[in-house]
Amino acid sequence: MVARTQSGRYAARRRRNVVAQGLAYSATLLGLAWLVLILGALLWKGFSGVSLEAFTQMTPPPGSRGGLLNPIIGSLFLTVLAILIGTPIGILAGTYMAEYGRYDRLTSVVRFINDILLSAPSIVIGLFIYQIMVAPMGHFSGWAGGVALAVIVIPVVVRTTEDMLIMVPNTLREAACSIGLPRYLSITRICYRAARTGMVTGVLLAVARISGETAPLLFTSLNNQFFSTNLNGPVASLPVVIFQFALSPYKDWQELAWTGALIITLSVLVLSIVARTMAHSSSGR
Amino acid sequence: MVDIAMQGRMAAPAGAVSSYAVMRRLRSRDAGFRYLTRGAAVLVLLLLGGILLSLVQGALPAFRAFGFNFLVTSSWNPVTEVFGALPAVYGTLITSFIAMLIAIPIGLMIAFFLTELCPAWLRSPIGIAVELLAGIPSIIYGIWGLFIFAPFLQAHIEPYLISTLGNVPLIAPLFSGAPYGIGLLTAGLILAIMVLPFVSSISRDVFEAVPPVLKEAAYGIGCTKWEVVRNVVLPYSRVGVLGGVMLALGRALGETMAITFVIGNAHRISASLLAPGTTISATIANEFTEAVGDLYTSALIALGLILFVITFIVLAIARYMLLRIERRIG
Repeated sequence: MVARTQSGRYAARRRRNVVAQGLAYSATLLGLAWLVLILGALLWKGFSGVSLEAFTQMTPPPGSRGGLLNPIIGSLFLTVLAILIGTPIGILAGTYMAEYGRYDRLTSVVRFINDILLSAPSIVIGLFIYQIMVAPMGHFSGWAGGVALAVIVIPVVVRTTEDMLIMVPNTLREAACSIGLPRYLSITRICYRAARTGMVTGVLLAVARISGETAPLLFTSLNNQFFSTNLNGPVASLPVVIFQFALSPYKDWQELAWTGALIITLSVLVLSIVARTMAHSSSGR
Repeated sequence: MVDIAMQGRMAAPAGAVSSYAVMRRLRSRDAGFRYLTRGAAVLVLLLLGGILLSLVQGALPAFRAFGFNFLVTSSWNPVTEVFGALPAVYGTLITSFIAMLIAIPIGLMIAFFLTELCPAWLRSPIGIAVELLAGIPSIIYGIWGLFIFAPFLQAHIEPYLISTLGNVPLIAPLFSGAPYGIGLLTAGLILAIMVLPFVSSISRDVFEAVPPVLKEAAYGIGCTKWEVVRNVVLPYSRVGVLGGVMLALGRALGETMAITFVIGNAHRISASLLAPGTTISATIANEFTEAVGDLYTSALIALGLILFVITFIVLAIARYMLLRIERRIG
């Protein structure tokens, strides 16, 4: 009798284990399925629109054919601007946290705040830039869009720079110090060089992060139906055009939105895979 | 070093002849670089302060006009200029709640699979694939949700929910009404997919940090894999998992573009999850550029401030918990 209940209990435990494992397998399959479904839909809907036209023509008025040249150029401009503004600030701040002030109170406070900024809602950042740039200037502008994206770049770069510099072995710093190198030279000539791959990875991740950002651009750089490289006025960008076109009732516009979505997703995925392999190969060394 | 600097291209301009002068120059440059980096670090703090200040300043007119009622009023009328945050706050909370309800168990099960069941060679490809989900921009989720996912739900899932759960007492109101396709439930489901990678990758990291001795001991007394995870791994990594969950929640609350596409943008509170609603971020994204009148703009900024404060609190808790577990591991 006792033996039977014991073996019964054992069977029940095994059953529970099998069920749980089955759930774990199906959860993973489900997670992967979403990725496949989304990428598949993008390829299916967007691939037909990928042509020379898409890269060489302006966004059309409703009802006629056209391409995505102005938003693509606009997105490139905004991204470069954001990286040019955000990267130096991020690297300098990360340098302070890892080098000069590694054990400071300031560093731990900045690290905490930076981690929060890292996941702060991007639409709020759009509102912030609207308040400090668009409203005082009186008009939407590419500058505002670039700065809004830079605010998103900074925390990403700060985080990776700090992490990478902390991994640089102290013996390198001591060696630099022992030949009388001033601190700033030992940082810029020695530590930066040792941590270069990781820091570049951080910048790549930041590019991947901002190239799909829409919310902060909606009321900073707005949109522009025409080709414009004038950063003082509204500038078209891929995400905002996708937003506008996808929600429009026009078939042509919706198709262009899918094409734009495919272009963005592929570039983001390529960027993040490159960044990941770089990070991997540098940590494997 | 000073001698080299005197000869090399770092040499000071013609004026500096003594090694003492060169040394002073190097030292002042060093101090300059130090202040520069310190300034950049302080700038990060100022950024957060600036965001908060500018939002408070922009929100003041709305708070002055409506006071505390802004939080509890459910009307949103640009014509009569009466604004209340309640429907947007409700939508934000309910969609995030649905998302977490789905993402937490699935994310934990994925972490269970990756740490205990998965063959070693598959671990990193599957881990990366799941994390790629986090890399897809939110606007892509939006367009996919609007054109593919919502019609699918409308045609297949929602009628089924209405005819089954819609008849169960107590929860029937949640699943009543017509299947629109877009609405709170759809937004919650899309959010669940978007935050899934955060839950699963952080849980995996903290699961892996559990000392092997503990697990081996449990296996040694005959525990099954599930029992090890349930009774050893999970209790040990509780704080870290909770940190990951809070981080995902922070993301879900502030998510904008994906939601804007599929929520339906209706400023009302409906009992049914299938009905269109709105969230704070979707309201701002949809209406800000078209807002005429200072009070309207100010009400939208006030919404942004509420969102920022909520996510700030959630993210701060998340960071605090993750810090605690880092300290224990570190």
